[in-house]
Amino acid sequence: MAEPLDDYIDAVAGALGLPIEDAWKPSVRANLAVTLKMAKMVDEFPLPDETEPASIYAA
Amino acid sequence: MQLDPVVTPHIFQPNGAWRPASEIAQAVAAKKISALAVTEAALARIAEHDPVLNAFTDVTADRARATAKALDAAIASGQSVGPLAGVPFAVKNLFDVTGLPTRAGSRINRDRPASTRDATLVERMEAAGAILVGALNMGEYAYDFTGENFHDGPSRNPHDVTRMTGGSSGGSGGAVGGSLVPLALGSDTNGSIRVPSSFCGIFGLKPTYGRLSRARSFPFVASFDHLGPFARSVEDLALSYDAMQGPDAEDAACSTRAIEPVTALLGQDIGSLRIAAAGGYFRKNLFPEAQEAVARVTKALGVTRDFELPEVARARSAAYVISTVEGASLHLDRLRTRPNDFDPAVRDRLLAGAMVPAPLVDRAQKFRRWYRAKVLELFKEVDVIIAPATPCIAPKLGQATFVLDGVELPVRANIGIHTQPISFIGLPVVAVPVPLDPMPIGVQIIAAPWREDIALRVAYALERAGVVAAPSAKGF
Repeated sequence: MAEPLDDYIDAVAGALGLPIEDAWKPSVRANLAVTLKMAKMVDEFPLPDETEPASIYAA
Repeated sequence: MQLDPVVTPHIFQPNGAWRPASEIAQAVAAKKISALAVTEAALARIAEHDPVLNAFTDVTADRARATAKALDAAIASGQSVGPLAGVPFAVKNLFDVTGLPTRAGSRINRDRPASTRDATLVERMEAAGAILVGALNMGEYAYDFTGENFHDGPSRNPHDVTRMTGGSSGGSGGAVGGSLVPLALGSDTNGSIRVPSSFCGIFGLKPTYGRLSRARSFPFVASFDHLGPFARSVEDLALSYDAMQGPDAEDAACSTRAIEPVTALLGQDIGSLRIAAAGGYFRKNLFPEAQEAVARVTKALGVTRDFELPEVARARSAAYVISTVEGASLHLDRLRTRPNDFDPAVRDRLLAGAMVPAPLVDRAQKFRRWYRAKVLELFKEVDVIIAPATPCIAPKLGQATFVLDGVELPVRANIGIHTQPISFIGLPVVAVPVPLDPMPIGVQIIAAPWREDIALRVAYALERAGVVAAPSAKGF
């Protein structure tokens, strides 16, 4: 059975032109699953609409 | 080589460790020893011990001797020299060094042309009289907490060569911990100065984000990349930090603040400082050694209360997300064209980072702004926060998991859990070594932005009280 993230990985790899060999896929998938879990934790935190990102740039 | 018995006492202590940089520099300036003799002592140490420690990837012996001779000639002609006159140092191999390709721990970067100019911090260290003797091993592209390099082999911990140095500035930790050199420079994105300092039992300074120029160093995560020094004493840390401060238009993130020297302030009384221990998140996932180290430091400082930082686990998660995405962006072309030339583990992390949807990264950067504001509020009530540097002493080389509170956890992913939420918002930290036996372990002394002076003063007081010290590694 295909892993749930595999179609997404294939689609993004295609869009970005990233070669991903089948042998690497379990490791990429595992890393992506951890990252998305971390990102979800941040995503769930309510922030005011006015919140500025903290990226650094000064004109 | 056999060192001259007359000059040796000016360079090394009876236990074999380096004398303080300030003492070496004074002896060189006073012509008690030559800079060349000190340089030869460092080169001899490296030749003797680096085959085991694997801290160095390049030894710049010819350059070092030439620099030392020029310094000796300047002293002989009566010129004044800097506060680090004749003091050897080495840099993580992501710093540009003239004549070397900046490999940043990778195989791919070895194909880059040789650098034509040193990194700003190398130039500033040498302007203060220090002498570069080489470039140091590191985890590939700094995406590492272990100090194990896929291409160059692992750097080894001088206190137990079967253990990790920590990473990603592993060679920096091993070189100073093993007394190959008295000073080294490294980088810290999520903990890469503080982790090797902890595992190798030395002092490390991760300054405020934007304090020290990153010009002509190979990046990893632009949002979090910091450079800083490692040393065997707080004064040496402060001396090198002072030598490297100052604006630099060639690093877009480098502050325009004037130099704020700290060395002369180290001995100031710390009695009026409000010091608290980080509670909650920072009290969890700790081995007994880490608990003991924090307890010794807090007891010595008379700390009676824990202080809760808000949403720390989320901060660590946001740092993780931003790191993997900015790292992936940096390496996107190399991932397309040379994926087989990466350490496979690094490659697969970066490939995953390239796949994170953009809104999640933007939200992580917005959370960072929120978290920064909340933590800065807390600094109205405290001046210093004490926290563990690592959850454990140095793990064994190749160790993949450890068991904590009955739960098996991956080593690599958990080494930096206490450092990541701090560098996430660029706070200055001094990592101080608690000399537990048989392995040392570090504690973070954290201050408000731009208050490196406070963190260093607390570290100095702890050092003078004998609570923290860089232990001499047996056999090195």
